[in-house]
Amino acid sequence: MKREPVLRVVGKLLIPYMLVFALYVQFHGDYGPGGGFQAGVITAAAVIFYALIFGLPAARRLVPEALVETLVAAGAFLYIAVGFVGLALGGNYLDYFVLDPDPVAGQHRGIFWVEIGVLVTVSGVMLKVFYMFAGRGRGS
Amino acid sequence: MMAVTVAAIVLQRNLFSVVVLAGVYSFLMATVLVALDAVDVAMTEASVGAGISTVLLLGALYLCGGEEAKPLSRPWVPLAVTLVIVGALVYGTLGLSAFSDPQAPIHTHVVPRYLGQALAETGVPNVVTAVLASYRGYDTLGETVVVFTAGIGVIALLRRLRRKGGSK
Repeated sequence: MKREPVLRVVGKLLIPYMLVFALYVQFHGDYGPGGGFQAGVITAAAVIFYALIFGLPAARRLVPEALVETLVAAGAFLYIAVGFVGLALGGNYLDYFVLDPDPVAGQHRGIFWVEIGVLVTVSGVMLKVFYMFAGRGRGS
Repeated sequence: MMAVTVAAIVLQRNLFSVVVLAGVYSFLMATVLVALDAVDVAMTEASVGAGISTVLLLGALYLCGGEEAKPLSRPWVPLAVTLVIVGALVYGTLGLSAFSDPQAPIHTHVVPRYLGQALAETGVPNVVTAVLASYRGYDTLGETVVVFTAGIGVIALLRRLRRKGGSK
């Protein structure tokens, strides 16, 4: 599909908006529908879209495999780390009230970081699975 | 409409149309969930069910060809097992309380606290997010770890295959 000018132009136009929409879904998840999981899937979908149009090697250059693998682990680590921060500050595991002098602001902060952890892991796993599938040659 | 889609999926021999119809089914499911006011779930269904899994299935299709093989034998035993499980599940739904019954246990246990106190306690207007990330933080941690485990499982399986193929 590399030589389709329509697809290339439409893809180049759409992908930035997909990424922005993913960020919107992520950070507006407190107020409207959405959250880390959905935003992660949309982020991965944007990169997969790029890979489908411009080819897998181009996508691998844009988002290298090593980075994706790091993301897979980093998200889960971030979530677990938030729990330990709460523990260190004198609360229970995954207690957000202690993250800020104002308990409500602490809740906000905890949810924010936890959702980022979910986003990072989900987008990393989705991308990695796609790379693994798409990278295998036919009949191998 | 969803029943028609499912029937088409079962009867269809061309796997490409099966994948596309599965995407259609996911979008129909998403509309049902929107009608039930579960916007968050609908969004997940549309993006994962219709988006990512369609892409992954198409990738699998590219690897294994587009036509379904003829079954070697008549699959009566799997059919019987499926029917028994469906029967058990339908029998199980008889024990559930009526749809949108305000006296159902799910509506009287912790839900009033979540709905009434979530905004004051967490400052997050979207109760789904508040429950997901704060009240049920452990569950979401578990989910994240499940996704993580699935990811490293796929890496472990497919990478080993590739290396074996490369050394031959």
